Amino acid sequence: MIALEGVSKRYGGQTVVDDVSLALGGEGVTALIGPNGAGKSTLFGLVGRLVRPDAGRVTVDGLDVATTPSQELARRVAVLRQDNHVAARLTVQDLVEFGRFPHSRGRLTVDDRDHVERAVAHLGLEGYRDRFLDELSGGQRQRASIAMVLAQDTRYVLLDEPLNNLDLRHMGETMRLVREMADVLGKRVVTVLHDVNSAAAYADRIVAMRDGRVVADAPARDVMRPEVLADVYDTTVDVREIDGRPVALYYG
Amino acid sequence: MTALSAPPASTPAPARPRRTGLGVLVGVLLVLLAGVSLFVGVSDVSPASVLGDGPAAFLLVASRIPRTVALVLAGASLGIAGLIMQMLVRNRFVEPSTTGVTEFATLGMLATIVLAPGMPVAGKTAVAALSGLLGTWVFLRVVRAVPVRSLVLVPLVGIVLGGVVGAVTTFVAYRLDLLQSLAQWSQGSFAGVVQGRYEFVWLAGVMVVVAWLAADRFSVIGLGEEFATNLGLHHRRVVAIGMVVVAVITASVLVTAGLVPFLGLVVPNVVSLVIGDNVRRSIPWVAVLGAVFVVACDVLARVLRFPYEIPLSVVVGIIGAALFLWLLLRRRSRAH
Ligand SMILES: Nc1ncnc2c1ncn2[C@@H]1O[C@H](COP(=O)(O)OP(=O)(O)OP(=O)(O)O)[C@@H](O)[C@H]1O
Ligand SMILES: [Mg+2]
Repeated sequence: MIALEGVSKRYGGQTVVDDVSLALGGEGVTALIGPNGAGKSTLFGLVGRLVRPDAGRVTVDGLDVATTPSQELARRVAVLRQDNHVAARLTVQDLVEFGRFPHSRGRLTVDDRDHVERAVAHLGLEGYRDRFLDELSGGQRQRASIAMVLAQDTRYVLLDEPLNNLDLRHMGETMRLVREMADVLGKRVVTVLHDVNSAAAYADRIVAMRDGRVVADAPARDVMRPEVLADVYDTTVDVREIDGRPVALYYG
Repeated sequence: MTALSAPPASTPAPARPRRTGLGVLVGVLLVLLAGVSLFVGVSDVSPASVLGDGPAAFLLVASRIPRTVALVLAGASLGIAGLIMQMLVRNRFVEPSTTGVTEFATLGMLATIVLAPGMPVAGKTAVAALSGLLGTWVFLRVVRAVPVRSLVLVPLVGIVLGGVVGAVTTFVAYRLDLLQSLAQWSQGSFAGVVQGRYEFVWLAGVMVVVAWLAADRFSVIGLGEEFATNLGLHHRRVVAIGMVVVAVITASVLVTAGLVPFLGLVVPNVVSLVIGDNVRRSIPWVAVLGAVFVVACDVLARVLRFPYEIPLSVVVGIIGAALFLWLLLRRRSRAH
């Protein structure tokens, strides 16, 4: 379980995460939604020990993030950041292999290689493994990054806007992959999504943030209501039922 | 994409650009060049003449072998110092001489001459390495503080920093009538390398081994602090190791031969184009090509105006600058 207890983070005078207490990782897939600047990425940074809280405590399986060795945490939580551009000239294969670093420290075992192979296959990257990252399209690069955290093989996987740059087909495939990571591999995935319909279709639970606070936290269906979404995003959202699924309409 | 429930039937060993043939070629080239370096010079030393106890054999052991060894170690280690800096800063255009590190190390050496003239070379090297370390630290701090991430601006910051420190050094040397010593260091040359006066360059060799052992860590650092932290790497610790490697290499080459510019810039960039930035894979290439580059330039420096020697830094500067320009133009012609 990932637990945040009274966690706050301030930048200058601005409180970007405001006294948040939250348990994540109980369900298979949790979607984190909220407007730009709500504090979603900062929350991930707090869990991924990239951001130090000004108040409160973050624990992973009871281990305090502030005091537990980084390598120990890296075997439990993988965080893919929103801005995951890699400037180094690495091949797809290299990047995915670095996902095994917390386990192997660079010396890959047969088991490590299996994880790498599976991750490459799951993201459909077999044809690209020897390509340098700077020779890929944005969506292919994004998939390579997801393959890396998949190879890391942690119980908790935090994905910050994994659908960035993906086309229609790969959006669907990535969300199905997220679902399978939870259902088949037993992982706990928390993912930031801007598309509430993807969140409703694939997540078990939706946590909504606004101005650094959690303003809604419920099973997906209960968050998909016009009044809840209007409150989160501060704009009118229509929700219709299509084939028994709630669909938010936010165009026009 | 395939379903998670169906693991791939077999796990083939990954095929990747290894470039074995090219590697063998470069290795042979280094051996050949080293051979030439042993037998080129004012005094006649030929393979036949060294058999026996004559002056040729003495010259070989006392001067030519140390010189060649120093060239190989300096070339290999300077290339790696550049590579490591580029990983730490995540910028292709940094190396010790574009980040103020060399200037700091030079200032350290000057300080030993002024304050402790009788200090043995070991002490001088240590002081130079420490002030080089200070230089790396200052540079990293400045780069962190100044919000520039631009490929060209970061080394520019370093060059300005180096310029300031260099000016101070020159001023002090000028006031104390030490400009001649200063000129000697700023003009890299291996002409003074003889047995008993070059051994500190082995320290640089040791740092090459350290860099090799930590290769994967440097690759991960090259992914950026966020990736590195996610993968459980202690970012600061690895940066500290890298800083020590860079500073010791810079100082020990400086003490042995003086400034050898551009190498740390050009060699890792060429290797990056062909092999990529996985340090474990690129480090042997950088080491061997760095050595080839310096040995070749030194042989050229010795034969171009035979029997006189041109300073090595002049030859390295001209060839290095040309290569660097080519790299820049090539880069521009690509889309990003
Ligand atoms: N390093 C920083 N220094 C100062 N302010 C910051 C920093 N990082 C984030 N902020 C501010 O904190 C707030 C929350 O940022 P955060 O990145 O967590 O938002 P987000 O919910 O992920 O938004 P988005 O959907 O746009 O990614 C923003 O107002 C942002 O400007
Ligand atoms: Mg964000």
